[in-house]
Amino acid sequence: MKKIAIIALAALALFGSILPAAPARKMIQVKGSDTMVNLVQILAEEYMGKTPGAAIAVLGGGSGTGITGLINQTCDIANSSREWKPKEIDQAWEKGVSPRFFVVAVDGLSVVVNEKNPLEQLTVAQVGALYRGDVKNWKAVGGSDKAVSLYGRQSNSGTYVFMQEFVLGNKNYSADMKEMNGNAQIIEGLLQDEGAVGYVGVGYLYDQNGGIRKGLKILNISKEPNGTGYLPTDKAAVDSGAYPISRPLYMATNGKPKSDVAQFLAWIVGPEGQSIVEREGFFTVGEGKYKAANDKNFK
Amino acid sequence: MKKRRRDLKEAAIRAFFLTCGVLAVLVLVGIFLTLVTTAVPAFREIRPSEFLLSKAWDPTSPEKAEYGILSMVVSTLMVTGGALLLAVPIGIAVAAYLSDVAHWRVREVLKPVVEILAAVPSVVVGFLGIVLIGPVLAKIFHTGNGLNAANGSILLAIMALPTIISISEDSLNAVPTAYNEASLALGASRWQTLLRVKLPAGLSGIIAATMLGMGRAIGETMTVLMVTGNARAFPHGFLDSVRTMTSGIAIELGEVPYYTTHYYALFAIGLVLFVITFAVNLVADVVLRKYQEREQ
Repeated sequence: MKKIAIIALAALALFGSILPAAPARKMIQVKGSDTMVNLVQILAEEYMGKTPGAAIAVLGGGSGTGITGLINQTCDIANSSREWKPKEIDQAWEKGVSPRFFVVAVDGLSVVVNEKNPLEQLTVAQVGALYRGDVKNWKAVGGSDKAVSLYGRQSNSGTYVFMQEFVLGNKNYSADMKEMNGNAQIIEGLLQDEGAVGYVGVGYLYDQNGGIRKGLKILNISKEPNGTGYLPTDKAAVDSGAYPISRPLYMATNGKPKSDVAQFLAWIVGPEGQSIVEREGFFTVGEGKYKAANDKNFK
Repeated sequence: MKKRRRDLKEAAIRAFFLTCGVLAVLVLVGIFLTLVTTAVPAFREIRPSEFLLSKAWDPTSPEKAEYGILSMVVSTLMVTGGALLLAVPIGIAVAAYLSDVAHWRVREVLKPVVEILAAVPSVVVGFLGIVLIGPVLAKIFHTGNGLNAANGSILLAIMALPTIISISEDSLNAVPTAYNEASLALGASRWQTLLRVKLPAGLSGIIAATMLGMGRAIGETMTVLMVTGNARAFPHGFLDSVRTMTSGIAIELGEVPYYTTHYYALFAIGLVLFVITFAVNLVADVVLRKYQEREQ
């Protein structure tokens, strides 16, 4: 008799815990880019903390996974760290999905050297040559006669892949590159090593007071030889695309975003979301063309 | 009735302890089997000879994926060998000092201190390598940075020292006092006694201590990962940046796509590492046993 009572009680407790969860609000499914997954996860957590009832699930899997997900309507938002290919947009239209794109952050890398390095500017091609190991002495790119000491991220990082695709032209990294455990360790190496060159997210360049950290020198990067170089800290240059090593990060929705999805996106591109974007080491959307495109797509 | 009950209790306790003993064996066998079954699929695409003898490791290469672990194996052996080169002479000297020279009061303080050294977390040791030993090495050798095999060796030496000192000292103390007394009675000095009688008598213990220290050093991951720079190139000296097998696994296992050749290859590295440490521990065990047998 007692046993039955216990089982009944347990069953009741079980039901009690399941029932209220069932009719909860629909969960927003976000899928895609691995580069963005951490950022979006943090954004989602902060947003959920501030918005009662909001439920967001963020998955990685790569940009392609997210795009396929949106086309097959298995997710509400697709993250991609590249533009959609025309073929993918065609596929979407065929399935009755009309994707709209929002730039939520800009991924860009600064190329940094030790402050004792006299060099001021490099072209994208020269940075590529350094990291492929084709150039082993600073003299070959207009610097002083000193061996190049490469600092990079480990192959599990999105920045590693981004550099490889954008700057190295999809070629192998030099095997001599020191693979550091994070942006902070690269900075540590750059501060000590006079022959060093490293790439880090722009967020890591600042000290607590918002100035550039002492001991570092950020290189101007130009697209063409003898072209004008730009600094990654120059917001206008990044916004206009004049700074070459950057790319917009997209979130795409099916048609005009509705209710809670729209609120979430608006919050991300708003001041609160953008301050988190900056804190996580990405560039903000800024006031330029990305913002204009976003505004248009919200309507 | 009472006796039966007691027998039952006895049997239950016996079974409990048997289970505990068997569990340790099961876990070891389980780990080994998991490693083997997960490592073997790697060789559907990688030739074993290429895996063991090629210097190039670049599984995520956009050009051609490379799976050669020779550079990592050599790096591991270099860092470990360097560590032993530093730790063994110092360790034996400290052990000899503690067992023969030191006043008992000094020993009472020094020995626990040495043992506490073993309790320092490896991340902390690694941090020491980054902020202290690295810059010092860079200054001395004018290499610009101290992220190299030498730094790793020094830190691993520090981490292997407590094991080496502690076990060597035990083995020196285990040398029968009769040996000591006989040697002194024959007119040998204390130095001669230590060098020619006690150290040879305790040699197997010292070798076992070295092997255990080596086992500790080979498997260490965090410290090495933090200070050796992890460049994939084949090392040409102690001032080169190196990537050991353990760091290689730790760096890449985190985000490798599951059930790919890359994933299986990381387990294959683990298997090679397991075989090496197993061999080292086995040798240590055999030597230690020989030494204990002789004592009896």
